[in-house]
Amino acid sequence: MIPLLRHGKPDGQPRRLTLEILRHNPADPASVPHLQAYEIEEAEGMTLFIALNEIRAQQDPSLMFDFVCRAGICGSCAMLVNGRPGLACRTLTRDLGERITLAPLPVFELIGDLSVNTGKWMRGTSERLQTWIHNDTETDLDAFETRMEPATAEAIYELDRCIECGCCIAGCGTVQMRERFVGAVGLNKIARFRLDPRDTRSDEDFYELIGDDDGVFGCMSLVGCHDVCPKQLPLQTQIAFLRRKMALQGMR
Amino acid sequence: METIHTDVLVIGGGLAGLRAALAARKRGNSVLILSLVPPKRSHSAAAQGGMQASLGNTAKGAGDNEDVHFEDTVRGSDWGNDQEVARLFVHTAPKAVRELASWGVPWNRVQAGEREAIIDNRRVTLSEPEAAHGLITARDFGGTKKWRTCYVSDGTGHAMLYAISDQTIAEGIPVHERMEAVSLIHDGLRCYGAIVRNLIDGKLVAYIARATCIATGGFGRIYQSTTNAVINEGIGAAIALETGVVPLGNMEAVQFHPTAIFPAGILVTEGCRGDGGLLRDVDGHRFMPDYEPEKKELASRDVVSRRMEAHIRSGKGARNRFGEHLWLDITQLGALHIDHKLREVKEICHYFLGIDPARQWIPVRPAQHYSMGGIRTNAHGAAYGLSGLFACGEAACWDLHGFNRLGGNSVAETVVSGMIVGDAIADFCSSSGGDMHLSTALLRECADKVRAEFSAITDNHGPENPAALLGAMQAIMTDKVGIVRHGEQLAEAVRELTELEARSRQIGLRNHRPGANPELTLAWRLQKMLKLAICVAHGARQRTESRGAHFRTDFPRRNDAEWLKRTLAYWTDPAQLVPSLHYEALDVRHMELPPGWRGYGARDAIEHPETAHRMAQIETIRAQLATADRHAVQDALMPFRHLLPRHLCGDNARPGEST
Ligand SMILES: Cc1cc2nc3c(=O)[nH]c(=O)nc-3n(C[C@H](O)[C@H](O)[C@H](O)COP(=O)(O)OP(=O)(O)OC[C@H]3O[C@@H](n4cnc5c(N)ncnc54)[C@H](O)[C@@H]3O)c2cc1C
Repeated sequence: MIPLLRHGKPDGQPRRLTLEILRHNPADPASVPHLQAYEIEEAEGMTLFIALNEIRAQQDPSLMFDFVCRAGICGSCAMLVNGRPGLACRTLTRDLGERITLAPLPVFELIGDLSVNTGKWMRGTSERLQTWIHNDTETDLDAFETRMEPATAEAIYELDRCIECGCCIAGCGTVQMRERFVGAVGLNKIARFRLDPRDTRSDEDFYELIGDDDGVFGCMSLVGCHDVCPKQLPLQTQIAFLRRKMALQGMR
Repeated sequence: METIHTDVLVIGGGLAGLRAALAARKRGNSVLILSLVPPKRSHSAAAQGGMQASLGNTAKGAGDNEDVHFEDTVRGSDWGNDQEVARLFVHTAPKAVRELASWGVPWNRVQAGEREAIIDNRRVTLSEPEAAHGLITARDFGGTKKWRTCYVSDGTGHAMLYAISDQTIAEGIPVHERMEAVSLIHDGLRCYGAIVRNLIDGKLVAYIARATCIATGGFGRIYQSTTNAVINEGIGAAIALETGVVPLGNMEAVQFHPTAIFPAGILVTEGCRGDGGLLRDVDGHRFMPDYEPEKKELASRDVVSRRMEAHIRSGKGARNRFGEHLWLDITQLGALHIDHKLREVKEICHYFLGIDPARQWIPVRPAQHYSMGGIRTNAHGAAYGLSGLFACGEAACWDLHGFNRLGGNSVAETVVSGMIVGDAIADFCSSSGGDMHLSTALLRECADKVRAEFSAITDNHGPENPAALLGAMQAIMTDKVGIVRHGEQLAEAVRELTELEARSRQIGLRNHRPGANPELTLAWRLQKMLKLAICVAHGARQRTESRGAHFRTDFPRRNDAEWLKRTLAYWTDPAQLVPSLHYEALDVRHMELPPGWRGYGARDAIEHPETAHRMAQIETIRAQLATADRHAVQDALMPFRHLLPRHLCGDNARPGEST
């Protein structure tokens, strides 16, 4: 986990923070993207969630951003914090310098200021990769559930923890060049369903979905995704493993 | 104005809305879902600890069944819930868990053999049966006799929401994201869909539907200190209330969760205590056994929260810069357990508190958590007052929870009610009631009303600031309509809230950003939230007893003689300052479990005159059926299967029970 840095001054005076926010409203024809600076006083335990809401309540009610759970669980608030993708809600200002730049995640459609349309992108990817259990047997709801090894269930959950925040896409080198690349989020999902004994799809089926340069062979192993994943998913190992499996499948 | 037609409009893309949508779609209807956010970001994703269902697979779950789950739920509700609904629920919950398993939820599983666990501060060895290996396991939660809460580490809601959301994608059900229902289209008798505001461009769209289902979740954000997501503002309930004909039930029944981290209000799951965590005070003393010798830390939430606040008031709170709190100690569970079963808790402690819960105590204090009240429906989820309108999930008062919800019963309710209500919606659509003739004049009238609401805000250049009014409302609710209530403070709260409501009509926007201006959105929502807050405060003021989470120091006893009834709040006339309250009696004569002591908490209820008679009747029935199986006895006491769709009627398989 990330070590916590402290910037508190010895005299206990709160810091003045300057948040430079990349602003743009596509709904307004007159709007041009520009950086706007806001000054606020730091408080103990202040997160970017608290800071941005304070700015909106006290200084600029037009500022757009997305928060939902504000607990690092829902994935709504990913943005570039000093150029690096991360979840704003659980970023403490005390871990940052006095000047903080905030920009919306790249790649995704901009809604306004720090708000981007990750939902549309994720649904599109889900449809393309068919990210659901494929199984034709009718479940008898009155009967015992099918057994599963406890370790298998835990391993599936390990990959199921993705919150579709979009950080891996924003940190991905391939996406810059290849618009349709499914990214770590997409490949991780395939790895998740591949691992799940309840999904009856074979490697042949998965190859159909990701066996090309928009899929697993597009990844250039730049590891951008792995480093920025807020859930610390084992993205690199999963992608490498999947690539070997798909390469084998491709040779058949 | 753009209009969109569908058979079924589901407002809300959380667990309840998605599951109802699937059920209605399965029966051949066209279904469309609206959501403020991408559905997987709904607040259901934040549910951590788990989902109750009486599978009885584990050593500590042995002997569990629907009857035990039923009794726990009714006691938990402090006899405020609808017992028929509770029966539907406990019967269907195992089916819901199993269905979710088939949709990919990676439920934690039983590992046969011996394992260590912490129970009541003692390390014990449990032996899980060989026959149960690989079946779904369960953990302990508050207010339950058995270990019944099925879980996926502490990311249960996330795993459930993703699995169900993926099913809706598989079924091709469209979700219109970043869309907010702002008014129902209705003529006072029937609902025809909703007027919806696009949160990207600010435009209004009419969604016309034969059946409309509100599944918009809770309204925790009317409180300052809450575990709820920032989008839990209760707009779905508010637009139902504003029809004037649909009542909100039991709005004063608001749950406070014992362990929100202090001061941020972010939840750490009840699973912490279920798995053996303890509450400690400023001296490090474990105080809950002093108050609750039977259930200790695992009494129901209302009881534990109240005991905690009382303990703080007695001078035993720990203190930091932000104020007083208590400690949650899970260090004895060990790093390995926390890394596997409480990993969200670990992350939350790391990021928001900078501590490691395997080594340090967590500062906690109760915070608003759950809305038991909501749109009042019947057992099929049909809203009172308007045909064609349904509700399910936390937005509804189906009335599973009465005055206190048990942990783990809510995500279970969302899915179970989604299954049942979605099916009832399909029945409605295929009946003559599902036919519809909407006049364009009515549609125009409804749309004009909404436009007028927004322009009244944008055209007003008054002195008020919506963010300041919102903060004022939240402070009033937390200070005066919180865990411990008193008539005088409640009266003050109602007065102050009605003043705020008047001021909310004098807002002057400071910006006119084109598109969906967030300040306008806030100002508009604020007026609705104030109405809900007034329903809560006024309902609490009028209810002169204590029941479940509604606790009044001036009326500390549960009073079944006078208050065994559900509050129904109507806002008939837009000009009225407080809602009209009506009451719906709960009928002791038909209860399977007549009112009594909960097994924890106070033991001083004022008895209902019918209780003794009903008890005697039940004794007789039980004696007559002494040799019958438990299903037959239950059926004689309070039949419920006639309320279920046929495909959900079967008995549930369970270890040690033949079906
Ligand atoms: C932190 C936390 C942890 C919890 N843990 C547990 C647990 O372990 N076990 C348990 O049983 N319960 C738990 N609960 C309770 C449980 O999670 C919720 O009660 C339940 O998930 C609510 O589901 P829902 O589908 O009713 O609503 P939500 O999941 O809140 O979904 C509401 C949906 O409605 C949409 N919406 C809202 N208003 C509008 C509108 N006007 N127009 C269009 N769309 C709208 C939203 O976008 C969202 O999609 C927890 C609650 C919290 C706060």
